Amino acid sequence: MAAKEHKEVCVGEHSRPGCGSVRPAPNSNAVALASSRPAAEELQDAQSERMVLNMGPSHPATHGVLRIVLELDGEIITKADPDVGYLHRGDEKIAENMTYTQFIPYTDRLDYLAPLANNVAYALAVEKLLGIEKDLPPRCQYIRVMCAELARVSSHLLGIGAFAMDLGAVTVFLLTFNEREKVYNLAEAISGARFTTSYTRIGGVMRDLPPGWTEQCRKFCNELVPVLNEVETLLTRNRIWVDRVRDLAVISKEDAIDYGLSGPNLRGSGIEYDLRKAQPYLCYKDLEFDIPIGSVGDCYDRYLVRMEEMRQSLRILHQCIDKIPGGADNKSNEPVNVADGKIVLPPKQKVMTKMEELIHQFMLVTEGVNCPPGEIYFGHENPKGELGFYINSRGGGTPYRMKIRSPSFVNLSIISKIFPGCLMSDTVAILGSLDFVMGECDR
Amino acid sequence: MSALEFAKKIKAKFGDLISEPTKFRGEITIQLGDAERIVEVCEFAKKELDFNYLVDISSVDNYGEDPRWTIVYHLRRLADSCELRLKTSVSEEKSELPSVTTVWKTANWHEREIYDMMGVRFRGHPDLRRILMWEGYPYFPLRKDFPLAGKTTDVPGVAFTQPAPLEGGPFVTAPGGKDAIEREPRVRNPES
Repeated sequence: MAAKEHKEVCVGEHSRPGCGSVRPAPNSNAVALASSRPAAEELQDAQSERMVLNMGPSHPATHGVLRIVLELDGEIITKADPDVGYLHRGDEKIAENMTYTQFIPYTDRLDYLAPLANNVAYALAVEKLLGIEKDLPPRCQYIRVMCAELARVSSHLLGIGAFAMDLGAVTVFLLTFNEREKVYNLAEAISGARFTTSYTRIGGVMRDLPPGWTEQCRKFCNELVPVLNEVETLLTRNRIWVDRVRDLAVISKEDAIDYGLSGPNLRGSGIEYDLRKAQPYLCYKDLEFDIPIGSVGDCYDRYLVRMEEMRQSLRILHQCIDKIPGGADNKSNEPVNVADGKIVLPPKQKVMTKMEELIHQFMLVTEGVNCPPGEIYFGHENPKGELGFYINSRGGGTPYRMKIRSPSFVNLSIISKIFPGCLMSDTVAILGSLDFVMGECDR
Repeated sequence: MSALEFAKKIKAKFGDLISEPTKFRGEITIQLGDAERIVEVCEFAKKELDFNYLVDISSVDNYGEDPRWTIVYHLRRLADSCELRLKTSVSEEKSELPSVTTVWKTANWHEREIYDMMGVRFRGHPDLRRILMWEGYPYFPLRKDFPLAGKTTDVPGVAFTQPAPLEGGPFVTAPGGKDAIEREPRVRNPES
């Protein structure tokens, strides 16, 4: 952080910013004059001096490359202007120049704390354009739900860990990061990659669950509960924590809707809206879970909502493991991809021996999945909020235009509304409670 | 009430300005004939029909067609999660339409992004600056006539005017020779 502009505070002579600082010499008449002026006027003079402080783009509390230009009056923020775009890579432009399948790895790099959820969101959007979202085999739907919920747990663990660490509670960070490592192990087992998973494909997933994965997942779910309890013991009724986050940056219901917030930030303000319930996709209809909401809309509520969402995700994961068609090792050979050779790559053995499959393989790889002309919007309940893809297709294997509605981008736009009036030291808490990712914000 | 019925209500109110609702994959789209009336339509949708949540605004560049720009608004009622897509067209000469920031505050950043990426201006926007690119960047990169690999420029200190810092350096396996535009394998020149 560097003070860009600093004006000396002059209490004596009547001075305003822009008039130049005229500091009266001691014992001069000006001082005598000033002392006779009412105290309120002097206070107003002091308050009119503002300092502009540049926070970021490389600041530990901005979790990436967010820059905020703060205008301070003493320790109180009077104006905040977020500056985004430092991580802009032009994903939407890139998407227009490649096939639908080729874009899947780019979705990993949107919200890079929950790549599995992004993969699921993107695949569902393209499938909606193709009109095959209802044809997805049940096993595939359950696998995808498990992926999305694991990503939610992982993302919230990081969100709360970093939030707490920024406010000085390093123990929480260590606890949650330990658990995230296990989610990475699970992601590695299904996709081969810990971080950039690219697990889904248009019309299915890359491959079925490996043997023993569901038991590993259940073990993780069971192990996470005591850790969550410990985190709650460390934070929820901790006097220091509560004092720092309660009644801070209250977002009213009206503001939350007006600014288009989504995910835990919207629900923290007391609006019961979750796309998994409001527009059920995949097999969420068959699963039981609750939507936690806040009552005040402060940073404390947003923290509580995330804690409860993790518990609900574990509930969903347990149900998925119990109900997944084909069971743990898929003895009954349930399919995980749609049965359409023009959408999903055929098995390699058939490509080598059958003419039709060879043609399908060739067409899919060179031209991409042939999508009909039309436009769709699909919103997915990602850990950070609603990740939406607007795809405008003119037919063929590449989108004509693809807009990514990223939750972090929209959630950050409320900063200039909620920052003024807060203390400088509260910025860290508010940013932590908003839980954003710049990779997704800047695209 | 379904999205189709809401679309018909808007059509009943504004008559010929609104096109017949079209349905694709269960989504209802209506087209507004005159972009100048967008605020009026949005205000009606929000105040009378309770479309209180603006999901997204996007823009499409119909390069080589007239009108060139399509602005797409995604409206939602949080009460029953009913969604409606509202589209309007803007010609290239005009490249301007009224801002809906007075209706939904979230439009602020979406409109800034459209201005930044495509160069369509929003009249009445409180703070129409670039948002993802930096102040002073000379192009609108999401336009179809902007090549994927970028463009060179005479403006000093802007990307693509100089070789990249590591170009030809120790970690680059295939150094130099071609510039970024020629090296980009997926590039398709929109002019050709």
